[in-house]
Amino acid sequence: MASQGIGARLRRKEDDRFLNGRGQYIADLRFPRMRDVAFVRSPVAHARLTGIKIPDQVRAQVFIASDLTGVTAIRAVSPLPGFQISEQPPLATGKLRHVGELIAMCLADTRAEAEDIAAQVTVEYEELPAVVDMLKAQEPGAALVHDHFKRNVFLETGFDGPIEAAARNAPVKVTRELRTARQVMSPIECRGFIALWDSRLEQLILHGATQFPHVVRTGLSQVLQLPELQIRVISSDVGGGFGYKAIVAGEEICLSWLAMRCGYPVRWLEDRREQLTANANCREHHYAITAYADENGKLLAFDARAAVDSGAYSAYPFTSAIEPSQVSAILPGPYEIPAYRCKTAAVVTNKCPQLPYRGVARPNVCYAMELMIDAIARQIGKEPHEVRLANLVRADQMPFNNITDKHFDSGDYPQLLRTAVEEIGLAKVRARQMRGESDGRLIGLGMSVFSEQTAHGTTADGKRRALYEQVFARITPDGRLDVRAGIQSIGQGLETTLAQIASECIGIDTGKIQVKLGDTELSPYSSGAWGSRGIVWAGGATARACKELASRVAAIGAAMLQTDVKSVQVRDGGVFGPHGSVTLADIARAFYLAPSDLPGDIDPHGLEVTGGYAPSRLTGVHTGSAHATVVAVDTETGGVEILDYVVVEDAGVLINPMIVDGQIHGGTAQGIGAALFEEMPFDAQGQPLASTLADYLLPGSAEMPDVRVFHMETPSPYTEFGQKGVGEGGAIGPGAAVANAVNDALQSLGVEICEIPITPRRILTAIAKAKRAA
Amino acid sequence: MKPVAFDYERAASLSDAASLLARTGGFVKLLAGGQSLGPMLNLRLAQPDLLIDITSIPELTAIIDGGDHLEIGACVTHSDIEDGRVPDHFGGLLRQVAGRIAYRPVRNRGTVGGSLAHADPAADWISALSLIGADAVLWSQRGVRTVAVENLVVSSFTTALAADELIRGVRIPKLSPAARWGFFKFSQKAGEFAHTIGGVLHDPARGVFRAVLGAIETAPIVLADARPLFGGSAFDSGIANRIDREAIARLLDGKNVTDDYIRSLAPVALKRAAIQASAS
Repeated sequence: MASQGIGARLRRKEDDRFLNGRGQYIADLRFPRMRDVAFVRSPVAHARLTGIKIPDQVRAQVFIASDLTGVTAIRAVSPLPGFQISEQPPLATGKLRHVGELIAMCLADTRAEAEDIAAQVTVEYEELPAVVDMLKAQEPGAALVHDHFKRNVFLETGFDGPIEAAARNAPVKVTRELRTARQVMSPIECRGFIALWDSRLEQLILHGATQFPHVVRTGLSQVLQLPELQIRVISSDVGGGFGYKAIVAGEEICLSWLAMRCGYPVRWLEDRREQLTANANCREHHYAITAYADENGKLLAFDARAAVDSGAYSAYPFTSAIEPSQVSAILPGPYEIPAYRCKTAAVVTNKCPQLPYRGVARPNVCYAMELMIDAIARQIGKEPHEVRLANLVRADQMPFNNITDKHFDSGDYPQLLRTAVEEIGLAKVRARQMRGESDGRLIGLGMSVFSEQTAHGTTADGKRRALYEQVFARITPDGRLDVRAGIQSIGQGLETTLAQIASECIGIDTGKIQVKLGDTELSPYSSGAWGSRGIVWAGGATARACKELASRVAAIGAAMLQTDVKSVQVRDGGVFGPHGSVTLADIARAFYLAPSDLPGDIDPHGLEVTGGYAPSRLTGVHTGSAHATVVAVDTETGGVEILDYVVVEDAGVLINPMIVDGQIHGGTAQGIGAALFEEMPFDAQGQPLASTLADYLLPGSAEMPDVRVFHMETPSPYTEFGQKGVGEGGAIGPGAAVANAVNDALQSLGVEICEIPITPRRILTAIAKAKRAA
Repeated sequence: MKPVAFDYERAASLSDAASLLARTGGFVKLLAGGQSLGPMLNLRLAQPDLLIDITSIPELTAIIDGGDHLEIGACVTHSDIEDGRVPDHFGGLLRQVAGRIAYRPVRNRGTVGGSLAHADPAADWISALSLIGADAVLWSQRGVRTVAVENLVVSSFTTALAADELIRGVRIPKLSPAARWGFFKFSQKAGEFAHTIGGVLHDPARGVFRAVLGAIETAPIVLADARPLFGGSAFDSGIANRIDREAIARLLDGKNVTDDYIRSLAPVALKRAAIQASAS
């Protein structure tokens, strides 16, 4: 048997289903007597709700907050000191705090009829001043989104290192203000749920597109005040998540409440407008940074103030503290910074809640840090990679604790960067820039290098105990392997990579393994798919379960071969002794169906195991990556074409390099979206302005360069096989690399753009401004 | 979002469509390719009582060679033109334009007449057919009239169509072999509506030198005599270097175009169209 284990470029087992149209998403499910729900949502950003008028003839089909008996508000509370707690009612009461907030649930045979009913509901309100800008929101006198807050701030946090002494005599000082736009996580499949009540088991069954079925069950149990035993959450195939499906929100709570009472299945399918404008956005950050350096660009001190627009409510379970607390901890990135200060605020605004999108705060901090590095390089007249090399943590320093106590387990950041610079062809690009283009476009080269803490415990600082991960594995009576994991696949290929790990441990052909995911009734508890944790945690737990299974298989096999267990090997679908072998099917048949063939002292624990795992450091592992790109900027239209794109990635030992490449390609596409296309603008009244995909631009295949991916494989000392998390990484680097490339291209015009996305309008505006200033 | 309930009728003939259009008591919309109307229905921006599907009316998919012009039915699709099922008497101009509209699935269903009737200022046909000097053939039970495409589009999403009229087709003048044209459209991503459109057409055999500036948030600026855009100059190989930015600025002033982005793109679009026209 050719290896199908660690490192095999195995084709994805799940793709046969997906590519042949047998995937099963929420909208594919059909239940007898199922009815549809549509929601009445707030048309305004901030108002006092004074009344809801419902015509008598539809009153029985409309549900408002006062109908929702026994349901509590959503409270997503960070344990960090000073965190202000928002109460998010599943249906609005008292105040409306963002456009799209749920007000009423309307029920009908079809979605169209439910929308007809929704159109008959009149919402009465007194408008209040909308809090839209996260800087103005913090000023004294700003209207309060939550009346019981002192200020529009969920949390202020930071790292308060002394910087004055280091900054005082620094010969180089660079100050910038940087912004990243509010974005929308855009899986192809929007959110969606079907709720029904099993009257025999007295159990609520919720089918939902989610990244973490077990967490949804826990959240629902709290809000509905229903024991977890009475809730089953099933998530079959999920059409992309990216963080958008890592939430427990009002829609599924309302549906569950309704299903417990109405006697038939009820369904809500989010439409694209709801996804864009109503439920959750991401990534809106503001930075004011001063960096201090010596003449060679060696950083002496770094002083930052950051704000995250957290929207109106703290989303469950990750809370509105997650991004600001990560910003101050990870802004130093892969650099050795001797003096550092960062203050961050999670700001409350009249926008829908903010969720952590692929990479969480890292795409933003990487953007901020890497633009600062390029600004320093320009100021001192050095190549950007030289300034980076002067500051990167080196391989000989590993393991390394940085200034914010981030523990880098392994890796070679300078080598990642040098490889990226070599593969992008720095010297050739500089020569081409000198020659100029026949079409008049300007060429620019940009890069970014970053460190990504992956697979950490429930808190990134590792101080609070993490959730362990468990995986169940069982050899069936016909000798196949049934693996069940509580983590969910949202496209990462876990049905394949977990099977590869199982195959590595038991030597069974992956074709004989089935990995089942996404059902709280069938799998051990898991906190789900987030934080690039799957391959480390669920992969580790799969290995633990399967290694234990392998030892039990070995014992039975040795008994059948009448030899000592120490003399047998479990491999190639069986147990091999000095003078013969038995197959897994033989062993399973003997154990389950012909136990009398076995000696009496066989371990009665049998051929099923739940294995548990946590990496040996709960702060996780650090994946490293460098991105480099060449762009051509049309200074007349503001158009940007990406001519070349290189990613060098070190995610430790790769379980399936082909799947990793796919992850990087997809993440890079989303990062290019952040760099050039994606933006959810709001008007002064807090109205979201991009309500269709004609307005909210996502990069398409025509906009994607042929991304060239290179790997280093530095094993992590802390994980089962030396693997590190990699699912999010591709999305982190492009914002910085592309922005630096555009600024490199426009340098001769005196233009530097400190805001993404870099749209044609922003480029032309900046060029016009530079011309006026000149 | 799902549409409001509406009646749906498929008209078998022009007179059939006319009697449906005349049906009183409600808001009636014609459905051709549905590529703009469909999303508007789903978003409930359009809430018609009656939708009349006109795609199976034979006259609306007919292609008639009129000697010096080609008349194509209103329900001819963009891909019919892109793929050459409509004879190319236009030196490739219409095929280039058609092939760059939105995405292929949109081009498979979207129609020329539907695009004109919808009159999105950033759409391609209102600019391209104005550039070439096409006439829209409007039909009602009162009779047939022709209106130049540049006069059909009054402003953003507004046309000169009467309530009982439909676009039967478009009469497009054939270009002579000596004709030269350029058509430039800038979008940030493939398939997106245009940020700017510029077009130049020179057909000396027919005494034509026309230009268009489109995607300006209102009806395009169409010049039947393009010389004022080029400092009064006639068409020649150096025409792209003689663009009169102030003349363009005045035309944009006349249309109340105040957005600096659009104003800065317009001369670029015209220049690039002129380069294409003069290079060929």
